[in-house]
Amino acid sequence: MAMSQTKPATAKGAAPAADIAVSVRNVSKNYDDVQALKDLSLDFPRGELTSLLGPSGCGKTTLLKIIAGLLPQSAGQIEVDGKTVTGPGPDRAFVFQDFALLPWANVLRNVAFGLELRGVAKSEREAIAEKYIREVGLAGFEKSFPHQLSGGMRQRVGLARALSVDAQVLLLDEPFSAVDEQTRRKFQEDLLALVANEQKTFIFVTHSIEEAVYVSDQIAILLPRPSRVSEIIRPSSFRNKGVDNIRRDPEYLDIVDQIWASLRSYVE
Amino acid sequence: MKNRSLILKLLSAAIVFGAWEIAGRVPISYAFPTFLESMSALWAMTIDGSIFLAYAETLKPLVLGVAISAFIGIGLGLWIGLSAKFEWLFSPIFIVMQAAPLAALIPILVMVYGIGIVSKVFVVCIMAMPVIVLNTAGAVRNTPASIKDMARSFMASDRDVLVKIIIPAASPIIFSGLRLGVSAGFIGAILSELKITPTGVGDIISFSRSIADYPSMYAAIFSIILLAVIFLNLLEKLENYLFEGNNRGYVSD
Ligand SMILES: Nc1ncnc2c1ncn2[C@@H]1O[C@H](COP(=O)(O)OP(=O)(O)OP(=O)(O)O)[C@@H](O)[C@H]1O
Ligand SMILES: [Mg+2]
Repeated sequence: MAMSQTKPATAKGAAPAADIAVSVRNVSKNYDDVQALKDLSLDFPRGELTSLLGPSGCGKTTLLKIIAGLLPQSAGQIEVDGKTVTGPGPDRAFVFQDFALLPWANVLRNVAFGLELRGVAKSEREAIAEKYIREVGLAGFEKSFPHQLSGGMRQRVGLARALSVDAQVLLLDEPFSAVDEQTRRKFQEDLLALVANEQKTFIFVTHSIEEAVYVSDQIAILLPRPSRVSEIIRPSSFRNKGVDNIRRDPEYLDIVDQIWASLRSYVE
Repeated sequence: MKNRSLILKLLSAAIVFGAWEIAGRVPISYAFPTFLESMSALWAMTIDGSIFLAYAETLKPLVLGVAISAFIGIGLGLWIGLSAKFEWLFSPIFIVMQAAPLAALIPILVMVYGIGIVSKVFVVCIMAMPVIVLNTAGAVRNTPASIKDMARSFMASDRDVLVKIIIPAASPIIFSGLRLGVSAGFIGAILSELKITPTGVGDIISFSRSIADYPSMYAAIFSIILLAVIFLNLLEKLENYLFEGNNRGYVSD
């Protein structure tokens, strides 16, 4: 097999000896009588993008919200930079699947909203927001309101808002699900550039196997409820061959097939 | 665009007044004056100043009652909306209040608070407050969870969530409650002047009816409706001023 490293999740040190930014240890989550996560452990290496891939309803959003400190776990613990998570913190920023923009605020205020909540002065936060608005390609739309933007543009507002607070860890919940295929491909390339330039840790939820393989340094496959990590896949060789060649790379195609083979049983 | 809506408003006013004039000339009832007769009666009351004296009386319980209803109503609504306990405790009271036949309650109010301004303020509040409370509480409870989560993920305090998320998100429905509450308050104010003691505009209405001066009676009724419309328009201006984004439409998904 062309696969470079495929290890069972239970093995110690599934991730390489790299520096770990976020560590999830034996986390369980029960909603009343539904057990969403069961004894889930996973490490997220710093500066890398890790995808969470798994059948619908397996608890990906739940895991992301627990890492964000928005939901309490029932058991286990989360560490970010070695510190136990007890609630939301400045070290993490969330990109929401449904954008979660303020409909009554324009793009500039929406992007600056994270900084506004942190008490950054208006002129300063707007300068920072403008920089990230340009960076996500929305220059000229600062004064527009969310209902005047397309789905893809709204998603970029959410992304710019998360980037502007300069958190070390970015949590992205199916961020590209609301955009068309062309935009999605463009976003995926932008995301790769972002991972390369920003030195941040990305935790990325997606339903698309191709997307996960395309953008990830590490892919965690989750089992259906109660969810645990069944496999961790680290594509290695095609990442530095240039974005244009990834989709033709034999390793890329092999990994996509392999993931489909392991997920298929849950779909049927 | 703006001009067009003004023209439409004027047009609909002209149609209503025209119909009134025709109905008065037919006449559909000897007690129904024409529009022009009513307007000249209104003009006469304006010249001799009696309408201003009447409003000085009527506005007291009205403004007081509406102000109390708005402040307490919104405050209570926020509180009820934010806590499940208070919803259980208070909501039934306001639902009953909204459904209660007010005319039946007035004798009890008069017995307890006399025939002074207190009873009248109460009548205005009973009319205005329930819809304000219930709308506010409902709007607060229906704040989209995802934007609250968003704010918390960026480390908003509870106060930030209330001031920057819940109140702006709820404001369109709070304001529609206020509009309904204010309209009901106007009804309450006139009702209290007709049922408790005839003062102010209520006095003009009942006095001119007793002497069969129907143009004056309709003039007084017309003036109160006019005042209510002006007041509701001001409220809309206030809403647009406080919550700029409310007239920008909403993101549907
Ligand atoms: N607030 C809640 N109360 C009760 N059960 C919940 C709640 N939120 C999620 N669940 C349950 O937990 C499980 C995991 O939900 P979660 O949203 O994390 O799934 P997901 O992997 O993100 O799914 P999808 O890929 O469809 O978005 C689901 O079975 C769901 O029914
Ligand atoms: Mg989800």
